[in-house]
Amino acid sequence: MVATKLKHLCFGLLCLLVGLSSLDAAVLPQERADAMYHSYQGGGMSIDGPSILLRKQIGNSFSLSANYYVDTISGASIDVLATASPYAEERTEHSVGLDYVRNKTLMNVSYTSSSENDFAAKNLSFGLSQDFFGDLTTLSLGYSRGNDDVGKRGDDSFLEQAERQNYRLGLTQVITKNMIMGLSFENIADEGYLNNPYRAVRFLDASSEKGYRYETEVYPNTRTSNATALSANYYLPYRASIYAEAKLFSDTWGIDATTYKVGYIHTFSDEWIVEVRSRFYSQDKADFYQDLYQRSEEFNFRARDKEMSTFSNVSLGVSVTYEFRFSATNWLKKSTVNLDFDHVQFDYDDFRNVLADAPVGDEPLYEFSANITRLYLSLFY
Amino acid sequence: MVRALKRQLLILSVCSLNIACASIEPWVQPYERENLADPIMSVNRNPVASAYTHHAFGAREGSRGADGGAGGGCGCN
Repeated sequence: MVATKLKHLCFGLLCLLVGLSSLDAAVLPQERADAMYHSYQGGGMSIDGPSILLRKQIGNSFSLSANYYVDTISGASIDVLATASPYAEERTEHSVGLDYVRNKTLMNVSYTSSSENDFAAKNLSFGLSQDFFGDLTTLSLGYSRGNDDVGKRGDDSFLEQAERQNYRLGLTQVITKNMIMGLSFENIADEGYLNNPYRAVRFLDASSEKGYRYETEVYPNTRTSNATALSANYYLPYRASIYAEAKLFSDTWGIDATTYKVGYIHTFSDEWIVEVRSRFYSQDKADFYQDLYQRSEEFNFRARDKEMSTFSNVSLGVSVTYEFRFSATNWLKKSTVNLDFDHVQFDYDDFRNVLADAPVGDEPLYEFSANITRLYLSLFY
Repeated sequence: MVRALKRQLLILSVCSLNIACASIEPWVQPYERENLADPIMSVNRNPVASAYTHHAFGAREGSRGADGGAGGGCGCN
């Protein structure tokens, strides 16, 4: 229903955009190349790998981009330790995109494929953005469609599928010569196998050694979610800026979430940019989530995936950018070396640490922290 | 009959909005947008890093979507 209304709204806005087109030009994304090493360490998991992004303009109207990304995963989260053995695997993602600018309209299409030994995903995305009101306003629309093939290690006969459609709507508005605000909305509709095949729910069983046993999770096979974000960036009297963002989320599984972000960006001379930021996230559990069920198959839908539980996390982050030029005559306009680091603390309200030695149902609530690091070189040409 | 009337009203509304929009004068002139064009005001200053960050949080949270803004507003989207 919401998706249908959104489709009609998008069509109406598209008509409006066409009517508002004029002869001044929008701008293609900046030509650049980025080579990044990324690392996530926390909750028993170690995930790292490279990401390479290239963007090159073709003529005056087209810009081509390509991204190669790898996750090398080792270790095991608490979910895996409770029910299986630690493992190692690799996820590889390829993306290509094409942007086209015509007058004040910027259009783009991109294709992404991701593969693991037990999972494959494909996604096709379209976007359209339009500047108007003297370039004070940018309206953007987007649509994506994706397909997942879900397998399971050790079970060659297991193959499930899921489909996903995203509808995006964004509005960016210049408020003053020092302030810009953005409003974005996204509706996502999934259909198919939406479980994680490795996650299980636990239920009381007095006959078992631990007092409980595990069985397969069962999720609904449809999910529709809506997310709305409002953001603001403000340029301070010296060369620095502050920003804030608030996001509200809800879905048909009963998950309600809020995200708040604030940050401050400071410059030192023309070479250094330093950013400090904080992010606060909290969510309520899915309707069918429980840490411990009273019996096997107690309800039609069952989940004990901690991402479905009630929890919050807080992160503190810092980024340092050093900008330089190889030489005045070099074809590179500028280059930057960047280091981003975030420390995140997760606290769960109804997901218990079953690895702790405690009576069933009285285990301590789970918590963990993680460090997210990104080190990358950016070349602008 | 009602449907045709609705369609005409929609077309009229779109045309009216176009005319109304055309009459609004930009209150920040292009030469006043130097600060807005500074990379430190960009909502997506480093796309390769922000895409990864969204992925890192998204994989561990139930919420999803509405990540990143449209950019623009200063001729620099």
